Amino acid sequence: MSSPAARNGNHEASRMVEFRVWRGDRSGGAFQTYSVQVTQGMVVLDCIHRIQADQANDLAVRWNCKAGKCGSCSAEINGHPKLMCMTRMDALPADRPVTVEPMRSFPSIRDLVTDVSWNFRMKRRIKPFKPRKPDHADGSWTMMQEDVDRVQEFRKCIECFLCQDVCHVLRDHHKHDEFIGPRFLMYTAALEMHPLDTENRIADLKEENGIGYCNITKCCTKVCPEHIGITDNAIIPMKERVVDEFYDPLTRLFRIFKPR
Amino acid sequence: MSLPDSFIVHEHDVLVIGAGGAGLRAAIEASAAGVKVGVICKSLLGKAHTVMAEGGMAAAMGNVDDRDGWETHFADTMRGGQYLNNPVMAEHHAKEAPDRVRELEAWGAVFDRTKDGRILQRNFGGHRYPRLAHVGDRTGLELIRTLQDHGIHQGMEVFMEMTVVSLLKSGGRVNGALGYDRERGRMHVWKAKAVVLATGGIGKAFRITSNSWEGTGDGHALAYHAGAELMDMEFVQFHPTGMVWPPSVRGLLVTEGVRGEGGVLRNSEGKRFMFDDVPDAYKNQVAKDEEEGWRYVCGDKNANRPPELLTRDHVARCINREIKAGRGSPHGGVFLDIAWIKEKLPNAGAHIQRKLPSMYHQFKQLAGVDITTERMEVGPTTHYVMGGVLVNGDTQESSVPGLFAAGEVAAGLHGANRLGGNSLSDLIVFGKLAGEHAAKYAKANRAVEIDAAEVAAKTAALEEPFARRTGENPYAIQSQLQDSMQDLVGIVRTHDEMERAIGIIEDLKKRAKNVAVSGHREYNPGWHTAIDLGCLLTVSESIARSAIDRKESRGAQFRDDFPKKDDACSTFNMVCRKAADGSMEVSRRPLPPMRAELKAVIEKMK
Repeated sequence: MSSPAARNGNHEASRMVEFRVWRGDRSGGAFQTYSVQVTQGMVVLDCIHRIQADQANDLAVRWNCKAGKCGSCSAEINGHPKLMCMTRMDALPADRPVTVEPMRSFPSIRDLVTDVSWNFRMKRRIKPFKPRKPDHADGSWTMMQEDVDRVQEFRKCIECFLCQDVCHVLRDHHKHDEFIGPRFLMYTAALEMHPLDTENRIADLKEENGIGYCNITKCCTKVCPEHIGITDNAIIPMKERVVDEFYDPLTRLFRIFKPR
Repeated sequence: MSLPDSFIVHEHDVLVIGAGGAGLRAAIEASAAGVKVGVICKSLLGKAHTVMAEGGMAAAMGNVDDRDGWETHFADTMRGGQYLNNPVMAEHHAKEAPDRVRELEAWGAVFDRTKDGRILQRNFGGHRYPRLAHVGDRTGLELIRTLQDHGIHQGMEVFMEMTVVSLLKSGGRVNGALGYDRERGRMHVWKAKAVVLATGGIGKAFRITSNSWEGTGDGHALAYHAGAELMDMEFVQFHPTGMVWPPSVRGLLVTEGVRGEGGVLRNSEGKRFMFDDVPDAYKNQVAKDEEEGWRYVCGDKNANRPPELLTRDHVARCINREIKAGRGSPHGGVFLDIAWIKEKLPNAGAHIQRKLPSMYHQFKQLAGVDITTERMEVGPTTHYVMGGVLVNGDTQESSVPGLFAAGEVAAGLHGANRLGGNSLSDLIVFGKLAGEHAAKYAKANRAVEIDAAEVAAKTAALEEPFARRTGENPYAIQSQLQDSMQDLVGIVRTHDEMERAIGIIEDLKKRAKNVAVSGHREYNPGWHTAIDLGCLLTVSESIARSAIDRKESRGAQFRDDFPKKDDACSTFNMVCRKAADGSMEVSRRPLPPMRAELKAVIEKMK
């Protein structure tokens, strides 16, 4: 078999691009400059890998599928939160260096790798799925496609945490103890809107999970690589449920007579 | 001698290595049995290669076609595997997959629905009826997220971004594992009464692969060096449709679901070449013309499948043949066309985007191709290894007491070729069995002390690359290995080329002993690559040696020097084990006997 490079690579246009990559750890760091030969179709992650293979064997980067499906290679490219594997070089301005730095809302581990364990702790805090009894003897349920469309949209989430990275409540105000962030507001919405679920998470949303901090600036929706309507389809409906349950005068009246 | 304080020591009843579908399912099952469970993920939780599975999980629920049942699924799996499968495993799989799928629904999975509100099932290569429960083309994500979100509430302890480098043994039994964490580079010892390997595949042994960096055959190598046997390693599945352009995404998977939804393969002359070559075993199951093929896609129960939905080994070879004959696409593949269905369907564009959203996204973003209006270019890519740890078909236990294996790292279910969709179901069926029996083993056996001297020796070897000022670049060795396997042990094989590959592997083994890495131990990918190299070299050798000794073409193995299937080779599996002198010993193991009633099922379904 002739090598793929001979068939495809060599005759494609190539150019040298300057990369400014943040290198460092918990104690601090700085941008370092690397020159990378870029050929047609390359994405930012390819360039990082080239640097790693040829110039800096120990450059730390987290990645897995290289296809926008696992959500591991989140970073800030020219200041924008993006997946490195889905950012094509030809979509970036050619006349200046490409800056790559780790997500800034999470503590640094090393180079482009951050400590995202807070997200895993937040998820555990949310009450798990609790289905109603099966509809049929074989343990299955009847659910119509139109009833699961919305939940399926939320379940497309690849947990890249870019929405968490960009959310100013976390990024600028560091409300990590009081606010679970857009990813987990949406995760809660997916459970609450699941046709089979019987749990109630509305009080948790209002209290310990801090949905009130979200002032719907939609930054999360803008950076979502799966194009999920995080704000409009998940967070706003959850805010409405909180309002219905806790602030609606009629409901409050009911609650006086019929405590939960 | 006790372990030095620098080691972090953990203790569990059952240790699961790997946190994809099989590992998480095993951990859930073992936790449910009431034992203490630890799960080690090489990456973050929920990022394992399972997320890449697209098309669906095969289970004969009969929701779309009620003629389906376990017998048909069993017979399809055996036929696809060219009867080298372990029939006991194929039986468990066909019978238990429907319950495992329904269980996912009970844990929160949201599958696509039929018109009457049941789990929808789609067509796939080699499956007689529409059988794959799915969620668009992101079924693997749904599977792993469901198991993850359920699992984290079951009491298991999860270790993220840690890699196991060796299993520990005492008195012939597995009693734990040694590994490191990526973040700080600290050494860990996990004491365990039973260990479940669920480490996935070996794709990174080849240049063009759909696998991520993790697919370095860790579990295969761990088991082999612990004294277990590797079976069927010559059978590496080259998925027929990987992306071929741009170069940086070469090998990335294009789901078989595209063909399941009506996508057709054409060469540069515009011809649907798959009609030209239909294997005898499938002659009476394939559409006679394009019109019948389309009717099948639309759900006509009287129609036969289009030839694009033949088994993966066959489709990959046909594509390879077209490319070699000069009838390929501009970038060295062939054309896969789903856009053509607009001739048949109103709103075809929206239909394609709804059925294949991530394929639409992937091509649009990475190749600048709109699959609703344009053809894709695709070619074969290393995808899956049918071979793996030889296990007991009922318990998933290997020949080493206390060591279990499930999912891609285990052998037996798929024989010489795996059917699409049989992998996700494999994970949940055998993940459960492995978890169940590992828990049982842990309850019946006491913990055995770790041998500190063994740990010390193994750790010292790991640290050597840091001590060398100059030496080999681990990336360069990995790259050379991948090129050699791709060129010499790929889709078309010959004795002489594979012998050359063995020579190269022997040489690379020596060079790998002399790698040097720079920097320190914290999150150092150069060091990790150096460690993974050992596993890659072991599995590569095992693939090449098994392939040399199977002197025939069958399933995923095609030998240019033995292009025909040989009945004399239909009676054994190839098995590799580590000999006393440390060399790799290859032997032929007679197929396990098949019960008469299973034989009758196969006859009935012929």
